[in-house]
Amino acid sequence: MSTQELVIPAPREIVTEPRRSDKIFRGVVTGGGLSSLAILGLIAIFLGYRGFEVLRQEGIGFITHSDWSISTDDAGNVLDSHFGLAAMLVGTILCSLIAVVIAVPISVFSALFLNFYAPGWLKKILITIIDMMAAFPSILFGIWGFLVLMPSVEYWAKLLHRYLGFIPFFDMQVPVYTRSPFVAGVVLSIMIIPIITSVSREIFSQAPLDRIQAAYALGATRWAMIKAVVIPHGRSGVIGGAMLGLGRAMGETVAVFTVLNIVFQVNWQMLLGAGGNVASLIILKFGDASPYEIKALMAAGLILFLLTLIVNAIANVIVKTTGKSGR
Amino acid sequence: MTMTATPSKPWAASAKDRAIDGAIFVGSLLSSYLLVFLTALKGKLAYFVCFFIAYAIFTTVFKGIQRGNAAAKDALVNSLVAIGAIVTVIPAASILLTVLQKGLPGISFSLFTNDMSLATPTDPLSNGGLLHAITGTLTLMVLALIMSVPIGILTALYLTEIKGRFTGPIRFLVQAMSGVPSIVAGLFILSAILYPITKGYSGFMGALALTILMIPTIARTSEEVLNLIPNDLREAGTALGGTQWRTVAMIVLPAARSGLVTAVILGVARIAGETAPILLLTGGGDKVNPNAFTGPMGSMPYYIWKSFNAGSPEAITRAWAGLLVLVGLVLILFTTARFLGSRKVSK
Repeated sequence: MSTQELVIPAPREIVTEPRRSDKIFRGVVTGGGLSSLAILGLIAIFLGYRGFEVLRQEGIGFITHSDWSISTDDAGNVLDSHFGLAAMLVGTILCSLIAVVIAVPISVFSALFLNFYAPGWLKKILITIIDMMAAFPSILFGIWGFLVLMPSVEYWAKLLHRYLGFIPFFDMQVPVYTRSPFVAGVVLSIMIIPIITSVSREIFSQAPLDRIQAAYALGATRWAMIKAVVIPHGRSGVIGGAMLGLGRAMGETVAVFTVLNIVFQVNWQMLLGAGGNVASLIILKFGDASPYEIKALMAAGLILFLLTLIVNAIANVIVKTTGKSGR
Repeated sequence: MTMTATPSKPWAASAKDRAIDGAIFVGSLLSSYLLVFLTALKGKLAYFVCFFIAYAIFTTVFKGIQRGNAAAKDALVNSLVAIGAIVTVIPAASILLTVLQKGLPGISFSLFTNDMSLATPTDPLSNGGLLHAITGTLTLMVLALIMSVPIGILTALYLTEIKGRFTGPIRFLVQAMSGVPSIVAGLFILSAILYPITKGYSGFMGALALTILMIPTIARTSEEVLNLIPNDLREAGTALGGTQWRTVAMIVLPAARSGLVTAVILGVARIAGETAPILLLTGGGDKVNPNAFTGPMGSMPYYIWKSFNAGSPEAITRAWAGLLVLVGLVLILFTTARFLGSRKVSK
């Protein structure tokens, strides 16, 4: 047996400065990371820049008036124009509120079912179906809503009007039920149920197991346990999930456009077939808009962008803080 | 003589309990039929609603008599929760069934070999097809992938590997970005690139808008995947003398490979059916257009939209057939993502 001579490589120079490859790497990755900031900033800047002229001319009236008209002479010069988003904004908020009001109880119940009632195999199947629904394209919801769902929803609307007509929201003078904000709200609620369900399920599943078992050990029924442990733990998470759904509902375009009749008049009667929606307005007017009207649409897009950004920001803050504290 | 002790199960349902459950079920079924028969309510849904209301009331009252107030509330919530789950699933089932039922008659071989350059949506179904739409959608997807995958994964790497000063704000912004309405992304590309620079519709413009919508999905899913990679691997890489760049490129990313593929597929599924920006930006041609940078380009959502708006029975069938193809594509992507995702966890 011969002893082999051990070759010890010279120790690498110890430096505190990162190598060049690392510097490049960090630079590239940071650049990629900052792209989201850049994109969001550019969206606000460009839409603001294009819409500035209209915003300046209309002033605050852009969100408080609700007439949308433009007249041009033969050469295409703008003679007179009025752009106001009030009806569209009210419609957007009305539709998404209807959607959230319908979707939240259903989602919370189904999230509770998934976490505390369903046997394992059923839970797996249901979660797959719900995730799959979240991946359905919105045009599918729109066309299905228009051709399949709308007749039923109109029938429900008639029932609501007949039996609850004394409540101002369900009241209407002209019995036109087709393409009402209520129909759009129901379609939107079906689109956001998967989102709210998965957020609530996530939050409920973080409910502390020891307290759940403690509640059962004290003889609580399942509902008593949920009321005492799960709901206090998950309440603000559910609110955050609902806000996420609200943000999604506000920005939805194609599905709403197919089932909503757009009228430039503020309307709070949700069963009446006359609603408004900022995103649908853009699709509706884009086709034959003159350059000046396009600028107004850009300004409308800016308002929609800011609105959804604020709603989403609040939602994310709520979801994040509850996820962390996990009381 | 041997005796085997059989454990008793006092909590199991006795024959009497089962009989009562069955009676309640039959009773609510009967009362739902009666209600629909006697009142102005009508339709399948009315049976369903009446049945559940009757069932909820019967079980609640019965449990209340049998075991008291707390049990009654529990029984009521039992039914409510079940209704919630069923109502969540019914639309999915209805949507899938309708698409299959209405789309299948429109599917034929010629659909995949012809485009619409010589046909209009209202023509008989034997004329024209959606070849241009399929190739267009694939082109849009590939272009959007090329642009969004690097940015999405770099963002995720920044959040998990570099953890610099901007980690908090960037995570927040990525989440905010996932809430950007698709129409706003379309308007942005329109105002920033299409009007001032290219001045013409093209597939590339659509792909740019889709990129904006795809980045947050990829970034968020990749971040979750990269967070699952154990820190031991990174430390081992550094201990062997690897620079951070080498550790990430040769250890972390390969370890997370299948998860990252899942993230990318979910991103593609997210944009496959995106319609609003497509309507604003691509121009929607009826011919197969291999050049994504000039000329209008057709795509599945545009084809469906156009056929649906044409309104005649043939056109509506075309729209459903297009939807069936699109949904099939999304479901294939979705199932692949699920499969890859679950495989990674089980390993």
